[in-house]
Amino acid sequence: MLDIPQIIAPMEARGILTQFGENVVHENLDFRITPNEIVGLVGGSGTGKSVLMNTLLGLKEPEGGTIRYFGKDRNKLNADERRAINNQMGVLFQGGALFSSMTVRENIMVPLKEHTNISAQLMCELADMKIHMVGLPAMAGALYPSDLSGGMRKRAGLARSLALDPKLLFLDEPTAGLDPVGANAFDELILGLRDALNLTVLMVTHDLDSLYAICDRVAVLVDKRIAVADKLDVVQNYDHPWVKEYFGGPRSRAAQMAGTH
Amino acid sequence: MNATAENYECGSYELFQSGQTLTVKARGVWTLLTAAQLDGQISSDVAKRTYLSVDYDLSAVSDLDTTGAYLLARAIKLGTAPAHSWDVTHGSSGQKILMRAAAEATLGHEAAPARPWFEVFVRVGVATSRFYTELIETLAFLGKFFVVLFRCIIQPRRMRWKAIVALIEKIGLDAVPIIMVLCFFIGAVIAYMGANLLASFGAGIFMVDLVGFSVIRELAPIITAILIAGRSDSAFTAQLGAMKMRQEIDAMTVIGLDTFEVLVVPRALAALVAMPILTFLGMISGILAGILVAAVVGSGLSPILFLNRLQEVVDISHFWVGMVKTPFFAIIIAVIGCRQGLAVTGSVESLGSRTTTSVVQAIFAVITVDAIFAILFYQIGV
Repeated sequence: MLDIPQIIAPMEARGILTQFGENVVHENLDFRITPNEIVGLVGGSGTGKSVLMNTLLGLKEPEGGTIRYFGKDRNKLNADERRAINNQMGVLFQGGALFSSMTVRENIMVPLKEHTNISAQLMCELADMKIHMVGLPAMAGALYPSDLSGGMRKRAGLARSLALDPKLLFLDEPTAGLDPVGANAFDELILGLRDALNLTVLMVTHDLDSLYAICDRVAVLVDKRIAVADKLDVVQNYDHPWVKEYFGGPRSRAAQMAGTH
Repeated sequence: MNATAENYECGSYELFQSGQTLTVKARGVWTLLTAAQLDGQISSDVAKRTYLSVDYDLSAVSDLDTTGAYLLARAIKLGTAPAHSWDVTHGSSGQKILMRAAAEATLGHEAAPARPWFEVFVRVGVATSRFYTELIETLAFLGKFFVVLFRCIIQPRRMRWKAIVALIEKIGLDAVPIIMVLCFFIGAVIAYMGANLLASFGAGIFMVDLVGFSVIRELAPIITAILIAGRSDSAFTAQLGAMKMRQEIDAMTVIGLDTFEVLVVPRALAALVAMPILTFLGMISGILAGILVAAVVGSGLSPILFLNRLQEVVDISHFWVGMVKTPFFAIIIAVIGCRQGLAVTGSVESLGSRTTTSVVQAIFAVITVDAIFAILFYQIGV
């Protein structure tokens, strides 16, 4: 592995400017993730959470600013370095984004086939191990995404994003559409995987329970920038009308009660 | 990271056995990058050993990921008998968690073995039974379509006139250029062949009969039908299939809209209106090509002479023979397109295969029906 001193952030964005025509979505946005933490990203509808995630992922180029992965400027990487960095990142899209023409096992094997030279048998076994790790039954490997429930699809998507043992994991609304039991289990899973695999996790979420239960820090996207990114109790007391409303609402209080128990 | 993988010290290990305990002392890099070299080593080394527990000494391992842990954990399962217990005697807590995850991993069933020798017969059988069920289901769909159509005719307020007009524009008007151009080419080809062949025994004038008969009776209707099958039938399947995939069809049903009434009937009626018009335009275009070729090739056939001859020999009944088929083609194409679209399931693959099936079935059905009409008209002497 590259010798990356612990202090270097897996991902760091500076002065990000995003705009669509006249419409400025992000301006002067700074954001930094430190190793081995789970960061929750919250913001009102239409504040550009998904756009920010796509920008951080590299699916979209920002109009200004720099993004560094593991201390390296994204725009200065050559193709090989870029691919190596990409292999260090995993993404779980909102709907799972599984390839519908392949079984779950084949889905997980796609990144392995593309980026490694291990034998097909070992690939298959590793895929089954990932299936087991995300808490799916062994027989799920032979099923097609259309045969899975929403929760199982998310787990399968997570298994695929973990296929190459990434260091940095992006989760887009991981618990949206899951029932409370399933959402709790998914939160536990993320926590467990973080400890086992030394993951750094950035999750876009609206699920207050998740924020209270597993996030080390919460970043709030308001006024076109990350206004505050800190421990939950600091964020809660941040002086901004939207933040106050968000964390002061009845849902938040209920989640907080549950989180402290 | 792949780019610099060669710089890493590949993982290695030593095995010590004391009594019933096997100790695996691993060092170096045990990750996905080095997995290709490490794969199979441990499993072959432990295959002949008998032990009850496995101890791991991972203190010298510089890098471990799930893949490496999985390879190490093979020692637990692959002895002459699976070990009863295992432990990480030296190693970090992270390594322990990884080893636990790897040791607990259960494998799914192996994929089915590829292609037995009799597979070709299986496929023939499956295709045959599929042909049968498809036929039955298409006929059932056709029947249901007619029931809904009659209900719409009895209660005309159920008709979606706006949708029908919009679809006529898409199926009919937008297809006019391509159909006229293609029928023109086909007419020209027939005229050329006729001119050459018939002129050699001095019967050049008969090329008018050839072009007239073939274009009006057969070519214009069939070319139009095949083009519409390729153009609109596939569009029907793709549209309805995508709606099915996005649960729009389910939503309609729940809201109380009849899918047949809203989606199938307008498409079929639009095709029903568009097809005869397109066919008629195709006929004109084919005859025009014949006139042009006759004049240009220089067999002395002026356009006036051509038209005179055409009126003399090609009876109006031939025109109706060509025209009477078009509504049948229209209904067949629309019904097959819609049926295949509604048969799409969740996956992208089924959308693709249903669209293919739809076009193949539509063209197959058009040509079959055309053949049946040919026999029918021959029998009644038209």
